[in-house]
Amino acid sequence: MNMGELLKLSFRSLQTNLLRSFLTMLGIMIGVATVIAMISIGQGTNDQVTSQIQSLGSNLITVTASSSSGQGGTGSDVTLKLADADPISKIDTVKYVAPVMQATGQFKNGANLASTSVIGTTPSYADIKSWETDIGRFFTEDEVTDKAKVVVLGATTAENLFGKAGFDAIGSIVKINNIPFRVIGVLKSKGSSGSADLDDTAIAPITTVQSRFQSGSSRNAIRQILVEAKSPNAIQSTMALMEYTMRQSHKLGSGEDDFKVQSQEDVLSSAESVTKTLTLFLGGVAAISLLVGGIGIMNIMLVSVTERTREIGTRKAIGAKEGTILSQFLVESVTLAILGGVIGVLLGFGGSKLVGNMMSIKTAISLNSVLLAVGFSACIGIVFGVFPARKAAKLDPIEALRYE
Amino acid sequence: MIQFGHVDKIYASGEMRVHALRDVTLHIDEREFVSIMGPSGSGKSTMMNVIGCLDKPTSGTYVLDGIDIGSASSKQLSVVRNQKIGFVFQNFNLLKRTSAIENVELPMLYAGKSRKERRERAEYCLELVGLKDRMHHKPNELSGGQQQRVAIARALSNDPAIILADEPTGNLDSVSSEEIMGIFKQLNDEGNTIVLVTHEPEIAAHTNRIIWFRDGKIESDRLNTERVFV
Ligand SMILES: Nc1ncnc2c1ncn2[C@@H]1O[C@H](COP(=O)(O)OP(=O)(O)O)[C@@H](O)[C@H]1O
Ligand SMILES: [Mg+2]
Repeated sequence: MNMGELLKLSFRSLQTNLLRSFLTMLGIMIGVATVIAMISIGQGTNDQVTSQIQSLGSNLITVTASSSSGQGGTGSDVTLKLADADPISKIDTVKYVAPVMQATGQFKNGANLASTSVIGTTPSYADIKSWETDIGRFFTEDEVTDKAKVVVLGATTAENLFGKAGFDAIGSIVKINNIPFRVIGVLKSKGSSGSADLDDTAIAPITTVQSRFQSGSSRNAIRQILVEAKSPNAIQSTMALMEYTMRQSHKLGSGEDDFKVQSQEDVLSSAESVTKTLTLFLGGVAAISLLVGGIGIMNIMLVSVTERTREIGTRKAIGAKEGTILSQFLVESVTLAILGGVIGVLLGFGGSKLVGNMMSIKTAISLNSVLLAVGFSACIGIVFGVFPARKAAKLDPIEALRYE
Repeated sequence: MIQFGHVDKIYASGEMRVHALRDVTLHIDEREFVSIMGPSGSGKSTMMNVIGCLDKPTSGTYVLDGIDIGSASSKQLSVVRNQKIGFVFQNFNLLKRTSAIENVELPMLYAGKSRKERRERAEYCLELVGLKDRMHHKPNELSGGQQQRVAIARALSNDPAIILADEPTGNLDSVSSEEIMGIFKQLNDEGNTIVLVTHEPEIAAHTNRIIWFRDGKIESDRLNTERVFV
């Protein structure tokens, strides 16, 4: 018997028990659908995280406190201070340096309220992050020196406080945590990235944020120092120099670092490894459901062999070889598994699209994952089909013919 | 054609040992039309299974058409069943949900014959049993007698050396039984070797030679003079 005839035979037998065949495939279907959905959502998230991190700025290096809780430690443990930014800015290959501090702010403009974080930094921040103002301007070095109570609002924050137009915002006074600030600019919208609204922000001089919103022992602590290197080639050497400079100013030996210097690539690869782990884990969950699906196929094939004992006896009596019977049942279980796999791929693809649309994540599907899923289903069909098929092939024809 | 030499068949299941065939020595020649009779449990079906290569003798020799069955592998036995033997069962054993013609084609499918050859031969065999007009019917759309005629067509399809029928009329009314026996008679007249098992003397009366079994032994083996000399 050739493959075409075996396939015809298996389709006929699957057709006669359509509902049962469908239910049998369900396990594989769900398993494969999960795998495909997970992989494509995972891949999509990964791509997104990558572009998000890349959007942070080019040739970006960050310095953060390594041991601390919160912003660069507290009290005598403060390890990242505003003063650390200065020596770094003297490095040749450094283009911009921006120390960053962050505080939560309750914004108030008349009856309009908004709550967002206030970023305290220097004018270089706008260059590093490529923020441009839509109206008004960014604050100046002088305003940083003067601890001026001026603020630049993100588009969302401006809209919350001043309504759509926002033009009358410039020059207005808003209260942040009950301290009056003059609005000097509104940023151009950057839109959202994933679930985060990049425009839901406000930026003020770091000195102002430090003196008005920071108190007690953590007063001197800053969140991070953003550095832009002059060129991609300079990143490695700049990082080394930065580490050296930091150790110098902190009076540390090597191995005693209380700070962490990371390039954008480092952040990127650690983010990638997180999503990879997640994908792997969810893949494992899906693999288990595929296994369960396989056991379902074996179960039904065993039932089918028992039900068709007489048929098997008849076939053997008229000359079917053991191998032929074996292939007949194996082709049937593999057909079931592959069919389940293919439907699963379609479901998973549809499902991931749906989830992607709902969560505004772009999903990506690779041919590899489809081939892998279908190939894996075929393997399941073989592995879990062999036992029932062998049972059928080994039946004693006389016993089988006598079976009621 | 069929040569049994001191064949014993013993079924051993645990403590129980059933001596189903005892020292059976027998020759059946080409073109013979033989019936096997005997009380229930006397070993008739066992005899048919051994002749049909579904089972091997426990001891003794069996040579079918020059092939030593005792030393054949199970794969060789399936080829022998496919090529040399046509089975007709008491309960027809047609494949459900499979048309008459596809049932008839099945042994040829296992023989690896081409689609065209299968179709032509199957149509010819169905015509022989008078069912060409029903060839696309499924077994459940046919009467018992018609189903048995399909089964006979299937048995014929690979042009076997011998047709074996274990109580082929056991599930049929007397009219259908006569029809089936008519077909067997015609096939025998055309040169086919046929061995059948039956309880009924009127069925055995159609055959040329009647072998009686009792307790696994051949009790008598005689020509059916009535028929032979009519
Ligand atoms: N597979 C088997 N295992 C054990 N005993 C069997 C088996 N098949 C047949 N027998 C026994 O062999 C004897 C002959 O059986 P069988 O050939 O079927 O008789 P018949 O067809 O003449 O009625 C009976 O006693 C029966 O119980
Ligand atoms: Mg019997």
